Amino acid sequence: MSSETGIGASVRRKEDKRFLTGKGRYLDDINRPGQAYGVFLRSPHAFAKIKSIDTTEAGKAPGVVAIYTGADLAADGIGGLICGWAITSKDGEPHKAPAHPAIAVDTVRHVGDQVAFVIADSLAQAKDAAELIEVDYEELTPVVSGADALASGAPQVHDDVPGNLCYDWELGDPAAVDAAFAAAAHVTKMDIYNNRLVPNAMEPRAAIGDFDSGTDEIVLYTTSQNPHVARLVLSAFVGIAPEHKLRVVAPDVGGGFGSKIFIYAEETVCAWAARKIDRPVKWTAERSESFLSDAHGRDHHTTAELAMDANGKFLGLRVNTIANMGAYLSTFATSVPSYLYATLLAGQYTTPAIYANVKAVFTNTAPVDAYRGAGRPEATYVVERMVERAARDLGISPVELRKRNFIAPDAYPYETPVIMTYDSGNYPLNMDTALKLIDYDGYAARKAESESQGKKRGIGFSSFIEACGIAPSAAVGSLGAGVGLWESAQVRFNPTGGVTVFTGSHSHGQGHETTFAQLITEHLGVPIENVEISHGDTGKVPFGMGTYGSRSLAVGGSAIMRAVDKIVEKGKKVAAHLMEASVEDIEHAKGVFKVAGTDKQVTMAEVAFAAYVPHNYPPDLEPGMDETAFYDPTNFTFPAGTHIAEVEIDPETGVVEVVDWAASDDFGNVINPMIVEGQIHGGVAQGVGQALLENAVYDSETGQLLTGSYMDYTMPRADDFPSLKVETTNTPCPGNPLGVKGCGEAGAIAAPAALMNAITDALGVEIDMPATREKVWRAAQAVQQAAE
Amino acid sequence: MPNVSMTVNGKAVSAEVEPRTLLVQFLREKLSLTGTHVGCDTSQCGACVVHINGKSVKACTTLALQNEGAEVTTIEGLAQNGELHPMQAAFKEHHGLQCGFCTPGMVMSAIDLVKTHPNPDEKTIREGLEGNICRCTGYQNIVKAVKTAADNMGG
Amino acid sequence: MYDFNYHRPGSVDEAVGLINEDAKLLAGGQSLLPTMKLRLAQPSDVIDLGGIPGLSDISVDGSTVTIGATATHASVAASGAVAGAIPALADLASGIGDTQVRNVGTIGGSVANADPAADYPAAVLGLGATLHTNSRTIAADDFFTGIFETALAENEILTKVSFPVPEAAAYVKFANPASRYAIVGVFVAKTSDGVRVAVTGAGGSAFRASAMETALNANFSASALDGIAVASDDLNNDLHASAEYRAHLVSVMAKRAVQAAGG
Repeated sequence: MSSETGIGASVRRKEDKRFLTGKGRYLDDINRPGQAYGVFLRSPHAFAKIKSIDTTEAGKAPGVVAIYTGADLAADGIGGLICGWAITSKDGEPHKAPAHPAIAVDTVRHVGDQVAFVIADSLAQAKDAAELIEVDYEELTPVVSGADALASGAPQVHDDVPGNLCYDWELGDPAAVDAAFAAAAHVTKMDIYNNRLVPNAMEPRAAIGDFDSGTDEIVLYTTSQNPHVARLVLSAFVGIAPEHKLRVVAPDVGGGFGSKIFIYAEETVCAWAARKIDRPVKWTAERSESFLSDAHGRDHHTTAELAMDANGKFLGLRVNTIANMGAYLSTFATSVPSYLYATLLAGQYTTPAIYANVKAVFTNTAPVDAYRGAGRPEATYVVERMVERAARDLGISPVELRKRNFIAPDAYPYETPVIMTYDSGNYPLNMDTALKLIDYDGYAARKAESESQGKKRGIGFSSFIEACGIAPSAAVGSLGAGVGLWESAQVRFNPTGGVTVFTGSHSHGQGHETTFAQLITEHLGVPIENVEISHGDTGKVPFGMGTYGSRSLAVGGSAIMRAVDKIVEKGKKVAAHLMEASVEDIEHAKGVFKVAGTDKQVTMAEVAFAAYVPHNYPPDLEPGMDETAFYDPTNFTFPAGTHIAEVEIDPETGVVEVVDWAASDDFGNVINPMIVEGQIHGGVAQGVGQALLENAVYDSETGQLLTGSYMDYTMPRADDFPSLKVETTNTPCPGNPLGVKGCGEAGAIAAPAALMNAITDALGVEIDMPATREKVWRAAQAVQQAAE
Repeated sequence: MPNVSMTVNGKAVSAEVEPRTLLVQFLREKLSLTGTHVGCDTSQCGACVVHINGKSVKACTTLALQNEGAEVTTIEGLAQNGELHPMQAAFKEHHGLQCGFCTPGMVMSAIDLVKTHPNPDEKTIREGLEGNICRCTGYQNIVKAVKTAADNMGG
Repeated sequence: MYDFNYHRPGSVDEAVGLINEDAKLLAGGQSLLPTMKLRLAQPSDVIDLGGIPGLSDISVDGSTVTIGATATHASVAASGAVAGAIPALADLASGIGDTQVRNVGTIGGSVANADPAADYPAAVLGLGATLHTNSRTIAADDFFTGIFETALAENEILTKVSFPVPEAAAYVKFANPASRYAIVGVFVAKTSDGVRVAVTGAGGSAFRASAMETALNANFSASALDGIAVASDDLNNDLHASAEYRAHLVSVMAKRAVQAAGG
């Protein structure tokens, strides 16, 4: 550790004071002068034609300012919502991108689809009025499951998407895989369902549109993980306002997990309506609206086959997945089950041949997009359930089977058959570390003890990999991304030596205000209390791409390092002048500039002061100490690790208790271990939630969301967990100046397979997520009856 | 409109409210005490927990008018003279918060928990927080913080 | 929520006088207010019983525990007198909802609301309680009449519940992991008049499991329930548990309750 506040220190978070004292400023805490309130009338039907909308009575209700429908948006030339990643089907056709109006025009396609927007002086008045709108629907038969939507004769969600097929995409070499299977001594095959989840950031989405008729500027306050991307999309594609007349502010944001990446209908309408009524308009989701309208996650039906030789060496993997996209394409929906998924199907293994086919389909459900891990949890889940199952089929220990197939620590860079080049890692080390943490040697005794009490005990492994730090712009551009995925940073010294860092990353729980400040303290010697991190306001920070895909430190932090390099470079010139030396002789370390071989030195603060008060200053140098840099990564980063779950099951009730958890993760260098550990805890909790508790269920007949509130959708609580045992290993990432890999998604990627492998180990039979108590009870009953 | 009066964070307050005004709306909208959050509409997430007459209550599930004459403490009323309450300090020390949205309710619930269970073990803490949902932390550091605060609060 | 007229009467009589067919009684509001927030209820008047003196009193004499309608779950759970006389009742109260709900929710609200998955109805039925209203007393066996339905008349207010002290009793709940209401809750009481087994969560309203009572009257031990199950035909069947699973859980929870009650 270099210091108490530099790199490697568990610095307590600078942002905590405001959150702990109720002074955080989340969107709903903001009110603009003269603000009106908007509510959306939402479709009660999963699929229906809108025959007519009558707003006459509602328009007369007390306090009503305006009521808008999809026709009003269309009349103003407001475009629909877009999907920013182009996928090409295997026949060469581009993916199908049906219209996605912010307010439905003639058809509603999922329960909760926007039908009208009511603005009133008060929220209660807007709600009262919304109930007076009369909509004449002609109900249609909905389809909710991805597999059902592909069946012949299925309801057609969009007239211009035959067979509901968004794309039929493939990756890998099918001939090589066929050959591998032909040569296999053993094949393991599984049908695997990755359940649909509702992200449930604790702060519901919200927006305020605020229009200044004097300047023609719209300020959109919104719960966003990437305000510049929102501005770009709303300006260039939706047509709300030109970019220079649209400012997007994402203040304190109460969690995102992916769900606040996307550009949604509600903020679009608020921004547009504010100009229409020349008055600020605020919309805040109620939780039941969040369930219906936030982009959901996962929902993959997969069939996978793994070919092995007689020694359990993996020869080939074949994966067929049906990905449910929901009723419309959300902002990055197409990329999740394709390039963020199939590219990780090699896992940590040397499998030489892999082929994946993904059919993305439309259904009458909420749109599905990135949720913590986005594609990578689905990949790890397939690979790690398959590997565990293969070990059972072959009668080899799951630890041994993994070790036989791990990519060796000296094999990097390692090119997989699914277009990724892993840069670094030590997979056996993570496995061994996790085995020690869980006391694997003592497992047999613990199992015997459980069995003596009529309980079943199981242990499960998950050796996950992810591709983070997204991403090299040229690489993602070649794969269909509509944007570059670099990041920006501006490091601004103030004349008195304090620093403000403007970053294009956005913190909504990750602790950037602390971690990023540690970088400045470490490299420029500025006391951490004198460093302020500014983010989230397109009016303040340079254009940036935002926070998702565990990219903020690897990409955003690297951008800060580039800006720091520029500061140092300029500082050397100033220092050389101040000390009457040549620039080549100036050495810099931690904010001190020295003339090599002498005891002459000046501090960063003195240099900054001279730069702003340039009375004695190099004649050919610009004043000021304020540098902006952009960083475009050269590769993804590849965090990897092994998680081990241990469970005890009461076969009489099906209750699964997670009794122990060990995680060994390689995140490269770690800037703030406390924050990294917290990210693992949270990620694992979401993964455990997916495996055990959470499930978004639509009624197959009516298309109603049956789990539309916390009464029916089980959120993980404190008493669902043991204390997790977490360690990190640190193989520095060679691809970025910080050597970091990203840690935000790892837990959610690793955990579901570990837990399901433990549960199925205990039960002796395979089941799908979530392992509800009834499902576990039935499995335990079936096993017992089979044994009798 | 009826009038309601109560004491909030030691100050007497009074305002006209629609009968349907929830306590959390009264606090946020009439008193601008926006530290108390709303995270659900089914009385489960606990982001809105405040103390009413010393007990933790979900401010989204009580009418302002029900609390006529009550002593209400919100997250804004905990720190005294710029010093964090021991529970707030422990949350900071143990990284018991990430996005911070559930934090005010979590802290208010935790203080009530320690009041009723001065020496809570891990199980008591985990079960005692069942009325508060956090999506970020996995609860582990919250549990640690509550334990530390209980020790520091002289339990 | 829809707007309404708010009343805070100072006596039960005053409260009764305020009742009309579109009025709702508020006895804590932990079920009523969420329903109103979702606009699933639209009362013209809300009559808050929280200001009536004496209505939350808890008293114990030798053979009876009497709990006022506005006594909170937390106060019942924390009552040494209740815990001394009927520990199972205090235990049940300590497991309703969460801490914050228990600090506000009341026994009267819970019992009168008769949610099929609420905990208190199991105790009322399992202990053979007497329900006191402003105008009469009602036996527990006559009280729960259907889903969210009770024997209470429109102008009748539940004022207190008296529970006879049993020889032994226990309540075991299998909670819905999301809502924490009972998927199945079984209250078993050994009383001077025989064993009573009351089940909540499983059916349209709390009910007694008579076959189990017969078996336990013969032999008050968990093993007496071997092979005895409630019929699944009339049980709830939903996303959280099939009727078959609920029927199985009734047997498991009943056995565990008997064990906890010393059987």
